[in-house]
Amino acid sequence: MSNFLNSSIGKKLIMSISGLFLIAFLLVHLTINLLTLAGPETFNAAAHFMGTNIVMKIMEPMLALGFLVHIVYSLILYAQNLAARPVRYKVINQAETSSWASRNMVFLGIVILAFLGIHLVNYFYKIKFTNDVTSEYHLVVGLFTTEYWYYIAIYVIGAIFLGLHLYHAFQSAFQTLGLNNSKWRARWNAIGLIYSLVIALGFSFIPLYFLISELV
Amino acid sequence: MNLTLKIWRQKDSKTKGNFETYQINDISPDCSFLEMLDQLNEKLISEQKDPVAFSRGDCGVSFDHDCREGICGMCGMFINGRAHGPDLGVTTCQLHMRKFKDGDTIVVEPWRAKPFPIIKDLVVDRTAFDKIIQAGGYVSVNTGGVPDANAIPVPKNRADEAMDAAACIGCGACVATCKNASAMLFVAAKVSQLALLPQGAVEAKERAIKMVRKMDELGFGNCTNTGACEVECPKEVSISHIARLNREFFLSVLSS
Ligand code: FES
Repeated sequence: MSNFLNSSIGKKLIMSISGLFLIAFLLVHLTINLLTLAGPETFNAAAHFMGTNIVMKIMEPMLALGFLVHIVYSLILYAQNLAARPVRYKVINQAETSSWASRNMVFLGIVILAFLGIHLVNYFYKIKFTNDVTSEYHLVVGLFTTEYWYYIAIYVIGAIFLGLHLYHAFQSAFQTLGLNNSKWRARWNAIGLIYSLVIALGFSFIPLYFLISELV
Repeated sequence: MNLTLKIWRQKDSKTKGNFETYQINDISPDCSFLEMLDQLNEKLISEQKDPVAFSRGDCGVSFDHDCREGICGMCGMFINGRAHGPDLGVTTCQLHMRKFKDGDTIVVEPWRAKPFPIIKDLVVDRTAFDKIIQAGGYVSVNTGGVPDANAIPVPKNRADEAMDAAACIGCGACVATCKNASAMLFVAAKVSQLALLPQGAVEAKERAIKMVRKMDELGFGNCTNTGACEVECPKEVSISHIARLNREFFLSVLSS
């Protein structure tokens, strides 16, 4: 088994499974977030439910582990991949043969990680480790005002980078699992495109919605 | 056509290499890239710039080639940032000079990957590929009389798919173009062509594991599914075969 996990395909399998777990989590996260549009009572009730039920209590450390595994393995793979080409090409025309996102997953991942740091300080830390949050709704909405315009920018940009990362990640995960062939390729690509658009647009919509409702 | 060539020159695997710039004129747009290099070499040799180099036979640019009809896979080189140059589905020997414009500067480099050490100039050692194939082992066949042709039924679509994988000529373009220098498309083609056919079923279980282990051991990178390999593959081997290799690998791990 350790042999298997040390093989290139074994490590990629770990990337794929941890990635799919995070992909599923993002959908849940977005669904809950969209409840902010329904007003304070609904969202606070949902936030309370997510914060207290037993399943989420188990999922929370799992999620942290999922992120950690995904990041650690990506760095191992990245280091090995750099070592596989010690002398680089002088001229290389990759834009003609592959997508930008597929070539910049590590970069996109680092941007997303930086965003995640800001995001955790904004919400997770405040809710979990301080006592001054009485309404999760007002915590969320309070950040998306003209006064904190830069947070709106950060969240929208974060969502776009996340979408780019996911666009390559989605079909890549199924390819690595071996669940692909000439027929399914186009399907995974299409589902992945829809999924990444939903995530990117969904997460950018929320801050923009509150900004616009403040302005009009 | 008049062209400026920037070509990687390197004496051997131990010496540091560098780019040399050459000017070459009156190239016919109908000749192949290798024929253009032949003309350059003739020019370099007739000029005999460096008589010592000439006596050693290394004033011309060394490059690999054999069949010159796209079936041996020897003529790998990185041309203007693309494996086998700008054209799709061709090897360098099948690349025509009409794909370039008069006055162009063309940069030519060898395949660059740790498992493909440079022997000289544009020639790399692709023994690593042979080692992967060797690791795959043999295919059992019955001894005795010659079996009847078509005695083992194979569905048409499977036969076609196996044939598509078997089209791989082992040129190394997949490794060369991959940002990770991964050999997954090559290994996938070699595993697929046997996995799809009943004749390959006997050793199927160990084959994928052994070949992947060898591939890792030789220092090829890890596939990140960018798909550049199938774009550059002169035989247009699809990355669907990589998905099959993954499946075969998981199945053989599970059953061992
Ligand atoms: S020389 Fe044989 S493929 Fe080009």
